[in-house]
Amino acid sequence: MIPINHFLVLAAILFSLGIYGVLARRSAVLILMSVELMLQAVSINFIAFAVYLSPEAFTGLIFAVFVITIAAAEVGLALAIILRLYRNKATANVDEADTLKW
Amino acid sequence: MSYEEVIFYVVAVPTVVGAIGVVTARNVVHSALFLILSLLAVAGVFILLAAEFLAIVQVLIYGGAVTILVLFAMMLTRVRDMPAAMDGPQRPFAALAAGIFMGVSILSVVSTEWPGESEEIHVISMEEIGSALFTTWAVPFEVASLVLMVALIGAIILARGEEGE
Repeated sequence: MIPINHFLVLAAILFSLGIYGVLARRSAVLILMSVELMLQAVSINFIAFAVYLSPEAFTGLIFAVFVITIAAAEVGLALAIILRLYRNKATANVDEADTLKW
Repeated sequence: MSYEEVIFYVVAVPTVVGAIGVVTARNVVHSALFLILSLLAVAGVFILLAAEFLAIVQVLIYGGAVTILVLFAMMLTRVRDMPAAMDGPQRPFAALAAGIFMGVSILSVVSTEWPGESEEIHVISMEEIGSALFTTWAVPFEVASLVLMVALIGAIILARGEEGE
């Protein structure tokens, strides 16, 4: 059986790449894709802990189901907001949406 | 190295390569294709963890719906026509922050002794997941349904625009 460390390190690498993408990219669509990567990392962690540490209760597995549900809702809503931004400002870059910046 | 570890690397390497592609590709459509690779490889990781249900859901929702939505958003917002849409000036700081986070989390994972690690993997069947979802987790399940419905209505209203526009 694979040690649990393997999965946790994979999730850590995936999450860090997501952080890099969220901070470095300018386009809102690309930021959204990086957020998806971070959610994937969290799901891997949840499932690994559920399977390895408490296989009787498998709470982590149920949590991963909810993570996927909320991610689907988030993507739909975020893309609607990005479309709206594009229509109003003719750009999908987050640093050009600075109406609230003083 | 056991054969399980070999299979682990067979799915883990595409996951990481896809993720690196998502955050570094110069072409946004390539980014989206790398995202598909990464998400499908994560489905393989789920299968390796004996969570087949999650793997199926992963392929259906992420491999299908989410990537199609992202590609549609790229088409509608014409990200591809904007070469300046890629990376901002904060890139070195982003790399620094991500690097520090990766170092700290990997160090803490490696230096921790995980208790009660079972020798045999316990397969959690779909029946168990289903009955748990509708008994123990019935209230969160209903709340998740409500969240999905509100998000759908919100997305429709946001994307439709105001009257007479």
